[in-house]
Amino acid sequence: MAEESYPQELKYFKEHDWVRVSGDEAVFGITWFAQDALGEIVYVDLPKPGAAVAAGQTYGELESVKAVSDVYAPLSGEVVEANGRLDDEPGLVNDDCYGEGWLLRVRLGDKAEIEALMDAAAYQALLESA
Amino acid sequence: MLAAVGVASQEELYAEIPETVRLRAPLDLPAGISESELFAELRRLAGANSPAGAMVSFLGAGAYDHYVPAVVDAITGRSEFATAYTPYQPERSQGVLQSIFEYQTAICELTGLPVANASMYDAGTALAEAVMIAVTQTGRKRVLVSRGVHPEYRQVLATETAGLALEIAEAACDDGVTAAALRAADTAAVVLQQPNFFGGLEDMATAARAAHDAGALFIAVVDPIALGILAPPGDYGADIAVGDGQALGNPLNFGGPYLGFMAVGEALVRRLPGRLVGETVDGEGRRGFVLTLQTREQHIRREKATSNICSNHALNALAALVYLSWLGKQGLPELGLLCARKADYLRARLLEIPDVAPYTAGPIVREFALRLPRPAAGIISALAERGYLAGVDAGRFYAGLDDVLVLAVTERRTRAEMDAFAGALADELATPGADRG
Amino acid sequence: MASTIYERSRPGRRAFSLPPCDVPERRLEELLPETLRRRAPARLPEVSEVQLVRHFTELSTLDYGVDTGPYPLGSCTMKYNPKINERVAALEGLRDLHPYQPESLAQGALELMYTLERWLAEIAGLAATTLQPAAGAHGELTGLLLMRAYHEARGRAPRKIVIPDTAHGTNPASVVMAGYEVLSVRSDGRGGIDMDELAAALDGDVAGLMLTNPNTLGLFDEHIVAIAETVHAVGGLLYYDGANTNAVLGLSRPGDMGFDIVHFNTHKTFSTPHGGGGPGAGPIVVRDTLAAFLPVPVIVREADGRYRFDYDRPQSIGKVRTFYGNFAVLVRAYAYIRALGGEGLRTASEAAVLNANYVLAGIRDLFDVPYDRRCMHEFVVSAEPLKQYGVKALDVAKRLLDYGVHPPTTYFPLIVPEALMIEPTETESKDELDRVIAAIRAAVDDAARDPELLKTAPHTMPVGRLDEVGAARHPVLRQRCPEDGV
Repeated sequence: MAEESYPQELKYFKEHDWVRVSGDEAVFGITWFAQDALGEIVYVDLPKPGAAVAAGQTYGELESVKAVSDVYAPLSGEVVEANGRLDDEPGLVNDDCYGEGWLLRVRLGDKAEIEALMDAAAYQALLESA
Repeated sequence: MLAAVGVASQEELYAEIPETVRLRAPLDLPAGISESELFAELRRLAGANSPAGAMVSFLGAGAYDHYVPAVVDAITGRSEFATAYTPYQPERSQGVLQSIFEYQTAICELTGLPVANASMYDAGTALAEAVMIAVTQTGRKRVLVSRGVHPEYRQVLATETAGLALEIAEAACDDGVTAAALRAADTAAVVLQQPNFFGGLEDMATAARAAHDAGALFIAVVDPIALGILAPPGDYGADIAVGDGQALGNPLNFGGPYLGFMAVGEALVRRLPGRLVGETVDGEGRRGFVLTLQTREQHIRREKATSNICSNHALNALAALVYLSWLGKQGLPELGLLCARKADYLRARLLEIPDVAPYTAGPIVREFALRLPRPAAGIISALAERGYLAGVDAGRFYAGLDDVLVLAVTERRTRAEMDAFAGALADELATPGADRG
Repeated sequence: MASTIYERSRPGRRAFSLPPCDVPERRLEELLPETLRRRAPARLPEVSEVQLVRHFTELSTLDYGVDTGPYPLGSCTMKYNPKINERVAALEGLRDLHPYQPESLAQGALELMYTLERWLAEIAGLAATTLQPAAGAHGELTGLLLMRAYHEARGRAPRKIVIPDTAHGTNPASVVMAGYEVLSVRSDGRGGIDMDELAAALDGDVAGLMLTNPNTLGLFDEHIVAIAETVHAVGGLLYYDGANTNAVLGLSRPGDMGFDIVHFNTHKTFSTPHGGGGPGAGPIVVRDTLAAFLPVPVIVREADGRYRFDYDRPQSIGKVRTFYGNFAVLVRAYAYIRALGGEGLRTASEAAVLNANYVLAGIRDLFDVPYDRRCMHEFVVSAEPLKQYGVKALDVAKRLLDYGVHPPTTYFPLIVPEALMIEPTETESKDELDRVIAAIRAAVDDAARDPELLKTAPHTMPVGRLDEVGAARHPVLRQRCPEDGV
């Protein structure tokens, strides 16, 4: 499992999700903290392309051997692609949570929602206060 | 021990139970007795019954008196199996876990489907769970069930799903087989039984196609002994197969405990209820077995679980595995053929009796139904006095079928017994005014 | 590891023998049209009877049952299963009965069931029993369906069931199967239901409450009378999850506590064997106001002393399983209750409670005790203090295997971190309890001395810790035949 890190270029959501915005699209994933808390991921259940996701609402599930966790959408939009590699290699979420272990690519509905997200420093402050 | 606990009396241990809910009188139960007295009492109760083995039985309808070989009792009686809990500590439960894995494999082989769970309670509850899978999978609320499915399985389905606002529609099964035209539109699942309650053989492939054309799942309720000679559900495209494994080495036991089995296609693995055992390795690469995909289950997913099932029928599944290993690849088809021949013989003999007509006219494998010239209930009573368990009165489940008798023939029935039974039935029917129904 | 039965298989070997065919030997092709016939036989094992017996005997040696040694698995009541129960269940006159044989030929079976129903009603302090449910969870579903029928008969359709956060997972799962919504309430600082939360949750939309009492912390809910009153005040019913009844037999009855529906786990309370996961039985007992809704058939005793099944119950919810219940399991429960009698049952509960308190006293200094109260038949401690060594509850459990004791339940209830839930049962002697205490103390000593020893335990089992992650990521759920490839 990778070292704990919270890349500066990403935005963060309080449910321990990260967002990488590029143009009208964004990529979602879970943070190092979240994957560490979940333990080794064995199964990932994500929505199909075309499905709608809403900020603050659950859009999928991550399973470890003995636990199931909902994943929350940091932003609203329409699913463009789910990370298909996770079907066979769910451990990518643990091994490379900000890279190969991404979850969802979304066409954004309301870019104004981005304003509400945290930067890396604010997210780390949230983790420390918890 | 009280001193170690730090109390002066046993009574102090209950200080936290409010006095108003303490029971201060003794329970109104008979006083305890010694083991020899207990044995005598149970022998008295047992003696007030007539075991099927003391009669000549043609009773079936979901419970069959196939011979249970001695090896089954020897193995299931081993206390390491019988007195263990669910194998939650895999390192100390490899025997139970491996036996479940081998059982799952046997059910997959029987049904021709790729995944089987570790067991359910019985066929009726397994059917209800199968329908719940289909409802979740399709998002639809209508279910189409043939009236040829065992009436008690259908009752269980209706009762257990009473809170889920399903529409359970019935497909007619008027002449011993399910009507060919199935209205499967907007349906979550189509359910047929093979062979059906009357022993009739269904066109499962056509029914499966009708279900799939309408976007429904096809659920096959099947008999494991008959699967020795009948096409397996996987061959005709069933999405889910369920059935009762009682016939596989489990005694009649007045209706339970039996064995619900369930097998599904790969697409439904994560919707399966109940336990699943998977193969894995330990740190040194040695093969071992564990409970797996547990996130489906109630102890982890709670209200989002695929089912509430916790205790299952593991020991009955072990009996089934031992029985199937005893019969083996050759024995199961031989047994299936032997039962089919004997059933065919008995049906032919009984149809020689005047005014006895076939209800299931087509091919049969162990069970069949006849129309009698008089209500079946009276005939059954009269023949019981002659030492026969003549069969099941279809009229107790189907309005208008009071004259239909459902009979099963296992390998234990001899030609001599069947000939004598035919004589007794002919005799009974020839007696005027003997209708005691 | 042991070979599988399929790996032992050799073409042409056989264990079976069948009676000869004494009727005309019609060919399968004559009996069945091709479209119905099986094309290839199921690839079942081909072994001799000796191989068969040796295979399963070898497997049995890898397991641990109550007959092997102490089994303090919390919430599971792993008490000794008396051998006489097996002998009587095997009597031909009980074992070889067909469910559809005429009632006149099964009077003994009906009498046994009828009597057991009444005994269970007396133990529960309620009016009427059904023996149909196959397990505790099945009893829960049945009880919830009875609640539904009860409310419907009163023209009501409440939608919610209240469940405390200490409940077994079967409770919320059963609620959803019965078509209800789960309303979870938290526990208070003493481990009982938080009465303020309960008051806030209750309204006319609540169909009932499910409670285990003593609860899964092994604590008796001191507010039970007030809980029953407030739930009844909004028209709700109380369901008693009987998983922990072994604490209170003859001492406090669910009916007297205010419960309306009770299930018993015969495999916990009444000594029927757990069977490696089942079968058990989950009979339920109800207040007289719910009797009309019980599943069919109901067993009745006629004026002339004969017994019969009564299907004519217009308000019945129907059937929750095929036939009548797990009869052979119920025979064992009957034998157990009959052997002990009322006083024996009470003595058993007293010993179960004393034994749990004794083990708690023997190990409490090693762990956090989250609710420092008198426990009933089981208790929960937290292994949090062992985190200083990097050791978890799971590691303690695995180390106990090396000491020859079955580990306790771990990580349940969910509200206690690093939970170890211990239920010694009444059938362990003081010597055995001392052995359990010594094993737990030794494991904790090991944790302080050599944490790696625990983290890599067990060391004396046929296999070490198994790769559950790999098993879940790439499930192998059946043996592959060589001809299928991998």
